[in-house]
Amino acid sequence: MVRLLTHNLLACHVKGCTSNNFPLQFQNVQIELREADFNADFLKNFLPKLEWKALVDSAKDLGDTSLPLEQPEMLDDEFLKNLHHVLLEIHVEEGSMTCPNCKHSYPISNGIPNMLLAEHEIG
Amino acid sequence: MIPTPDLSHLSAQDYEHVYEPAEDTFLLLDALEADAEELRSLKAVVFLEVGSGSGCVSAFAGKILGPSALYLATDINHRACDCTRRTGSQNKVAVHTINTSLTTGLHQRLKNSVDVICFNPPYVPTMSTEASEAQDLRGIEGSWAGGSDGMQVTNTFLEVVHELMSPTGRFYLVAVKENNIPKIQSRMENLYQLRSKIILTRRAGREHLSIVRFEHTTAPTL
Repeated sequence: MVRLLTHNLLACHVKGCTSNNFPLQFQNVQIELREADFNADFLKNFLPKLEWKALVDSAKDLGDTSLPLEQPEMLDDEFLKNLHHVLLEIHVEEGSMTCPNCKHSYPISNGIPNMLLAEHEIG
Repeated sequence: MIPTPDLSHLSAQDYEHVYEPAEDTFLLLDALEADAEELRSLKAVVFLEVGSGSGCVSAFAGKILGPSALYLATDINHRACDCTRRTGSQNKVAVHTINTSLTTGLHQRLKNSVDVICFNPPYVPTMSTEASEAQDLRGIEGSWAGGSDGMQVTNTFLEVVHELMSPTGRFYLVAVKENNIPKIQSRMENLYQLRSKIILTRRAGREHLSIVRFEHTTAPTL
C-alpha cells in the first residue's frame, strides 16, 4: 500500500545521494481511493513525524489540494478529516517514484513500493 | 491471552516462497505478549518489523498496540510483502509494507522515531556465500540462511538499529545459541549504548531459541 503516509517516510538511498533526495516524485501513477477507519488519535500522534511540505506537495501531485500550506495550530475536525483522507485513503497501486536529485526510479507494483537497489547502487 | 493472528488466507503455495510461522515466530509472539502491558504504557506511535515474511508478527503487534500506532513492515522478498499486506487486512491491522533490504529507504526519515522494532532474522549458520546468494535471490532461502555464525544479515542491521530507536524504543531480536548472544549483547552495549536482556528462551528441536530485548541505556526502566 503506497499511501502518502508511507511515501512521506521514503527517501532515495542510492550511493552518494544524500541531499535533495526527498520526497520522491510520483510518476505515471494509478490511484485508487479506499475508505479507512478514522482515528483522530493516530493522526495527532503521527502529525509531528510528518514532513509537512512534502505531504502537501505530494498530495497536490495526486490531485488533492485540501491541506493548508502551513500545518495549523488548531486541529479542528475538518482538518483532521482532510488529513485522514490524504494520508490513508489515497492508494497508489502502480507507477513509480523518482528521486529529485539522482533521478533513480523506484517502482510501485501491486501497491507495494520497491526500494531495492542493484549492488553497484548501494551506499 | 492474545489470539495468534488468523493466517487461513495463506496457502501451501505461499509457503513455497515465504517462511511459514514456526517455533521462532511463536517465541517472538510470546515475548511480545509478556511485554504487552509495558508496550502499551510506552504509547508506541511507530512499530516496525524487519523481514516480516508472513506478516504474523506485525498483525499480532497490532492487537497489542491498537489502531493508534503505525505499522511498518519490510521484506526483501516481494512475495513476503504481499503476504504481510494480506495478513494485515485479514486481521484488520493496517500494515504498511515496503519491499526493501532491512530498512534501506526508510532509515533517513525514521531516525530516533521507532518505538518498537522486531526482527526475526535469517539466523541459521551457513556458508557465507550461501547467505549472500540467498539475499540476492530475494526468496525463501533469505529467511534462514545466515552465513558465518548465522550473523551475516543480522550484523548489518545491528550497526544501524540504535539510530532508528526512539528514546524509549525497544528492539526485539530472535537469536539462536550459535549466534553467540553474550557477544552480541556486549558489543551492542559497548558500541551503541544499548542495554539488553534475554527475555525468553525455548528449545525447539535442534534450535536453542532466544528473544533478546534491547533499549537505550538512557531509557527509564519500566
